[in-house]
Order: sequence, then C-alpha cells, then structure tokens
Amino acid sequence: MAVKRFTVLDLIDFDLKEHNSLNLRCIGGRKGLAREISIPDLNRPGLALSGFYDSFAYQRIQIFGRGEVAYLRMMDEQGKTDTLERMFEYEIPCCIFTHNLTPDASFFSIGERSQCPILQTDLPSAEFSSRVLRVLSNLFAPQKTMHGVLVEVYGIGILILGDSGVGKSEAALELIERGHRLVADDVVDIRCVNGNILMGAGANKIIGHHMEIRGLGIINVTHLYGVGAIRDKKQVQLVVELEEWDAEKVYDRIGTQETLLDVLGVKIPKLEIPVKPGRNIPIIIETAAMNERLKKMGYYSAKEFNQNVLKWIESDAARSVYFGQDDII
Amino acid sequence: MIERMVTIKNRAGIHARPAALLVQTASKFKSKIYIEKDTDRINGKSIMGIITLGASYDTRLKLIADGEDEGAAVEALAHLFDSKFEED
Repeated sequence: MAVKRFTVLDLIDFDLKEHNSLNLRCIGGRKGLAREISIPDLNRPGLALSGFYDSFAYQRIQIFGRGEVAYLRMMDEQGKTDTLERMFEYEIPCCIFTHNLTPDASFFSIGERSQCPILQTDLPSAEFSSRVLRVLSNLFAPQKTMHGVLVEVYGIGILILGDSGVGKSEAALELIERGHRLVADDVVDIRCVNGNILMGAGANKIIGHHMEIRGLGIINVTHLYGVGAIRDKKQVQLVVELEEWDAEKVYDRIGTQETLLDVLGVKIPKLEIPVKPGRNIPIIIETAAMNERLKKMGYYSAKEFNQNVLKWIESDAARSVYFGQDDII
Repeated sequence: MIERMVTIKNRAGIHARPAALLVQTASKFKSKIYIEKDTDRINGKSIMGIITLGASYDTRLKLIADGEDEGAAVEALAHLFDSKFEED
C-alpha cells in the first residue's frame, strides 16, 4: 500500500491555526516543491557550509538562521561558492530562511540550478524550529482510522465502537442532546502522539461534524446544536464497545478487572456494554465517564467497595471469637 | 477474504446517493466489508465513511469482504461500480 508522500508544497499549504502557523513562502527553486520531506527533523547546516560533510543530515529540512546567513555573506564576498555547490549536490528537501532573511544571488542561482526549494519565514529560528517539529511529529505519528464515534463526555474522550446498526450514532446523539460534545462520527482518525497519547479527530474537515442517523439521514450537528456541541480533536481516554446482548456471554459484574485495548501500542481501558431494549446506553456511558474521572483521581469504586466488604467480614470474624453465636443479634 | 479492485466510472464520483446505494447493498451481507483508497481503509457499511473517502471519477478502490457470504458481497458491490450506480 502506497503511503502518501508529504512534499514541501504540502508543508507550505498546511492549514494551521494562528499560534501554530509557519508563515512560509517560497522565494526560489519552485521546481523542487514536489520534493518529499521524509524525516520529521531539522538540521542547521553550519558545519556543512564550513566544508565538513561527514554525517551531513541532508534528508532533513535545512534551517538558515542569522549565523548561517552571515557566514554565507562572508563566503559570497570572498567569492567562495564551492562548499555551497557541494551542499546542493545532496538531495535536500528544502532550505528555510528564518527572520525574513534573504540569501545572496549566488545562493539563489545554485539552489535554482539544483531545483532545491528556498523558503522564507518571518519567525525567529527557535520559534520556527519548535513549531515545525511539532507539526512534523504530529504528521509522522503512527495513524489509524477506526470505525466508531468519538465523543467528549464530562471532559473524557470516549470512543464508542461496535458493529454497524448497534446504535453508536444514536447513543452519541443523545449524549450531545444532554450537553456533551461530538468529535467525529463513523470515521475517527487516530494518531499516536508522543508515543503515549491517542489523539482522535474527524478524518475529513470538510465533512466536519455530520452524523448519519437511520431514518433521518445525514444531519449537521453544528447547525442543529450549535458550536458548543462539537470539538475538533480530543484525546481518546476510554473505549466503550457496544454489542448486542448475548445471553451466553459473561459480562463484567463487579468492575475490579480492567480490560485494556491496544491501539497503536497505547493501552486504553475498554468497557463492553451489552445493548438491549430498555437499557439506556447514554446514561451508562455518562456514568462510565464519571467513574473514569474518579479512577484518575485515585478513587476506584469497585476496589474500594470490595475492600470495605473484606474489612467488614474480617471484623465480623474477629468479633465472633469473643462473642458466642447467640450474642450477635 | 476476497479482494477486488474497482474503478469509479460515473462522472460525479461517490457522492451521497451512490454512497447510500453502496451501504444499502453492503448491509445486506453478513461479511465484514471494507473499502480502501490509497492508505485509507473504511467500513463499507458506514455511509459517512464512504463519503469521507472523497472518491472521484476514475479513482481506483479496493473492495475487501471477509465472512461467509464474501463472494456474493464483492460481486454485488462490484456490479454497482460497473453499472455506474445507475447514473449517467
């Protein structure tokens, strides 16, 4: 299966919110905009410019800050272009100049000749580096599409899974009605960020927060319930799997044992909830969310309850040593 | 498990009506049905999923069916693609 190539043009076009914006524009080497960015990392090419090319990380985006540009200017004044030409012999994805700096004409002509895109941003190098690393690490994070509904209930991101027609969307609709938020319906795009966080979002921004309800068709949740009823992305913290009630199957009755679901190497607590007419699924999901919050605060209802039962049995047993069977009423 | 490549032959691509037709057909079968476009794999019984693929004219898709009636399912779905979803 072919993995989508992420090109320099995609990086420029990337739709980012204000505080994440990279403010990139292309100032040269347009022919190379289709070059692929294959490594989510940066390189400051100081050593390369000075002529040291051992272990030159040419596959990475090259960042030119004030220091590099000052060095380039010095080299240009002295008429030395051999190291530059050597640098462009490598297949560099792109060169980015920060602080709105512009390289000399010699840099442009050599870059243009080797078809390496030259970009410029008004951000300072440190800020640009942290933003671009964040963007790239999200982009290169392991990703998976799951069939389910992602909702935020009392601040907990709950992924509702289950076969088609089991009532995932209907349960989500009632949760929205009760003041909770929809993140994505049917197609949930899940990314593993930092290796331990699962971030879920709708797979397609244009289709946005629409839901398909059998009998109604496609509805627009934003228009019906307002912007307060939706969210763009949310960390998946709990998985609820709905399934048809199976009389043969043993369901968890106590809740002291946690089942975990492995998604992209991250283990997420999972609840299996049987569906049957008369069972109010949205309220069960709400309660599951609140219980999950209690657990995060260190209070584990089922375990706490069991400990109390054990204590009670123990004290009762201890007392019976001193009192005869007849003394206890 | 059965896989088959299909091409979208109707001009408008897969919009709401063809998607609904696909889902209706897929839901008649017990098998698990998936549709793949490049790296995206979605559930063939989900209308929003199919629309999210954004499959336009001449796009190649892979139909995957897994289950007891997989052969008939792939056959029925492929027939929809071949008949241009009764459009044009």
